[in-house]
Amino acid sequence: MPSYQLNINGQIKSVNADADTPILWVLRDELNLVGTKYGCGIAQCGTCTIHLDGNAIRSCSLPISSVESGQKIVTIEGLSENASHPLQEAWVEHDVPQCGYCQSGQIMSAAALLKENKRPSDEDIDEAMHGNICRCGTYLRIKKAIKTAAKNM
Amino acid sequence: MANLKQTNRRNFIKGSAIAGGGLIIGFNWIGCKGDSNVPLKVMKAIPKEWIDFNSFLKIGETGLVTIMSPNPEIGQNIKTSMPMIVAEELDVDWFDVVVEQAGLNTEWYTRQVAGGSQSIRQGWESLRKAGATAKHMLVEAAAKRWGITPEECKTADGIITNPSGETLSYGELAKEASELEVPESPKLKDPKDFKIIGHSKRNVDLKKIISGQPLFGLDTKKEGMVYANVLRPPAFGSTLKDYNDENAKSINGVIDVIRFGDKIGVLAQNTWAAMKGKAALVAQWNEGDKPEDTEYHNDLLSSHIEKKAEKPRREDGDIDKAFKDSDEVFERSYSAPFLPHNCMEPMNCYADVTSDKAYILGPIQTPEWQLSNLSAQLGMDKENINIELTRMGGGFGRRLYGDYVAEAAELSKLSQKPVQLVFTREDDMLAGTYRPASQYKFKAGIKDGKVIGYHLVEACFNGEMFGQMPSNFPCGAIENYRVDCHKLQTNITTGAWRAPYANFLAYAEQAFFDELASHLKIDPVEFRIKLLERAKNDPTGEDLSYDPERLIGVIKLAAEKANWGQNEENNFKGFCAYYSHNTYVAEVGHVSIKNDSPVIEKITCAVDCGIVINPIAALNQIEGGIIDGIGHAMYSDFKFENGASTSNNFHQYRMIKMVEAPQVDVHFVESTIDPTGLGEPTLPPAGGAVANAFAAATGNRIYSQPFVKHFEILG
Repeated sequence: MPSYQLNINGQIKSVNADADTPILWVLRDELNLVGTKYGCGIAQCGTCTIHLDGNAIRSCSLPISSVESGQKIVTIEGLSENASHPLQEAWVEHDVPQCGYCQSGQIMSAAALLKENKRPSDEDIDEAMHGNICRCGTYLRIKKAIKTAAKNM
Repeated sequence: MANLKQTNRRNFIKGSAIAGGGLIIGFNWIGCKGDSNVPLKVMKAIPKEWIDFNSFLKIGETGLVTIMSPNPEIGQNIKTSMPMIVAEELDVDWFDVVVEQAGLNTEWYTRQVAGGSQSIRQGWESLRKAGATAKHMLVEAAAKRWGITPEECKTADGIITNPSGETLSYGELAKEASELEVPESPKLKDPKDFKIIGHSKRNVDLKKIISGQPLFGLDTKKEGMVYANVLRPPAFGSTLKDYNDENAKSINGVIDVIRFGDKIGVLAQNTWAAMKGKAALVAQWNEGDKPEDTEYHNDLLSSHIEKKAEKPRREDGDIDKAFKDSDEVFERSYSAPFLPHNCMEPMNCYADVTSDKAYILGPIQTPEWQLSNLSAQLGMDKENINIELTRMGGGFGRRLYGDYVAEAAELSKLSQKPVQLVFTREDDMLAGTYRPASQYKFKAGIKDGKVIGYHLVEACFNGEMFGQMPSNFPCGAIENYRVDCHKLQTNITTGAWRAPYANFLAYAEQAFFDELASHLKIDPVEFRIKLLERAKNDPTGEDLSYDPERLIGVIKLAAEKANWGQNEENNFKGFCAYYSHNTYVAEVGHVSIKNDSPVIEKITCAVDCGIVINPIAALNQIEGGIIDGIGHAMYSDFKFENGASTSNNFHQYRMIKMVEAPQVDVHFVESTIDPTGLGEPTLPPAGGAVANAFAAATGNRIYSQPFVKHFEILG
């Protein structure tokens, strides 16, 4: 089984895994970083969203072999110290989650948006969040929280 | 309904082991993080000893209070709102409360179920009593110390004060108080004195959720655990003929392949290997006798709504005579497809079954039912089976059913290993317990412009929907009233789906009333109120299952807040009101026309759920119910061909997205009536409000779900 060196949340991790193993399962099963969720396995629901060099990507469809050495992976666990990212604080202010399962993916998609676009319009938010499904229907609060975070950043 | 079960120390210690919780981190950091106006508070120290008062709460010598949350948390927020009720009556500062999820404990709790929006309604009394009982004992202990009567003591925020201003804390008194006699009926607070109930408290798991800490069933990691993925028959009715597991076993990480019944489980060292192993299985299947498809389902349903059943579910007056006497009979039919639940967290369960005991940990809405099932399945006494609950990534009815619990237990038993069973999304969509497809036919007999007869015929698979509540509106409002239900058979597994009975019916019924009002040239709000006035003042028949007065209340409130009756530019409105799961809801859909297409802009919603426990969470449930209701009415379709569903993942099944979610404007009816639930009741009317607003905007009526199909037709 091949061995890989991954930069995850600022730390170098050594992992043995088959080349086709999606990063999602490396994070969850090998590194015990279970904040990144499994939802569909085909990049259609956004629950598994992480950052690869700052871009939001679906980790369920990213094989470990396609991550180049030096690329930086950030997961929800590494987004901030003690849940202090403005988005996480805004998520608290608006009490966004219901079941909560999709929320780490929602936050990671939103964080990538705010990194690129400090003052996103409603349309910008809709577009950036289009790949994230919430069956509980917390979309209105997610949007409010993104706007609050943008204001506070 | 529910009753408080007192417990002795021995039981409690045993119970603590069952709950397995230990002390979890408090959530009181929220007070200082979420709101900069709240002064920074320091959390009370972790106690050395917890003193148990009853099955719901224990108090530490430092004054920290642990409140158990007995019911499963599926996103309806009862893990926060139920402990709030206990804390209110105990009279402690919410900041000093720690919440722990209780495992299944049938000796301590009644109805540890998440379903039917009943947790708050049925838990209300016992939760209040749990808090009040402990407070009573603490006050008595303080009074004894001071040599005064309990009536002379005052409580607030976990502190008891005597007339001279001396104070004792709950923490100081806990031990001696716990040894006092337990009062039979402790005094409960007057709702006007509530300090926690009615005040927004954030989700107790919020920090864990937003920082990605383990919380859900799928996050379970245990020593020696293996991952399992299961291959099930590809179509309903088919059975396993033969299989070859050579390729599967050659996959890195695959440990074992185990057949059980018509299913094959692949056990592996990680989830990916289990999934790859399953994909590598080569199986041959026997096709079932009669593989079903959607056309077959629809034909069966539509042929049945044309006729009465052998026996009506309810009949007031004489419907045949009424229709004979009518000037005309106005009739419409409505149809809806099967629907999968699509909880964002796919089904999963951890099981560790040995020869003499079983441990189950997972997302389970009905732990007590699963205990019975497992006991029978494993041939094991119930006391040797321990079920603990994780937070659930949605439930919506799917996790009422224990198929995945049974599979996990079976694989653990056969492999003699602790097993974490994981469904792929495809497994989740294909091995569902779907909302059954159903159709309705409504007939209204009209004489001199008035409705004198109403006949509802339902055809549904594997169950009855309106048959469960034939005394709901418009029962009592129309002289001659009859409900017939045809329960048809399918081999497709069906079950409760968020707001069962009402999730499709509310749209069908309320779309019919809207069109009927339009046909009669009456304002649809006025039409409903007139009918309800009749049901209130002079009901036909007896034992209505709803209170017409409260339904009128939400109708008037929603109409007022939506400026009903006022023409506003490009703001087309549709009305819908529905009583379900003990809560009254009226919704107004606001639709505009943009680029020749209707767009759902906003829903104005009025809710009467009695006392609102936790406003910030109540609003979340209401908004979510509406958006979920609109999403499924608008977009969700699910078809079968040759006994198998034609959609197996989100690329083939459309869920509502942020861009499609309208604004929601919520108004509560102020009330001191005992509270009812909010997990379901705002979903059913959403489809009706939208359909009726579409009709106002476009002149086109919609008779089947999903609505989006009709826009394609309309162009």
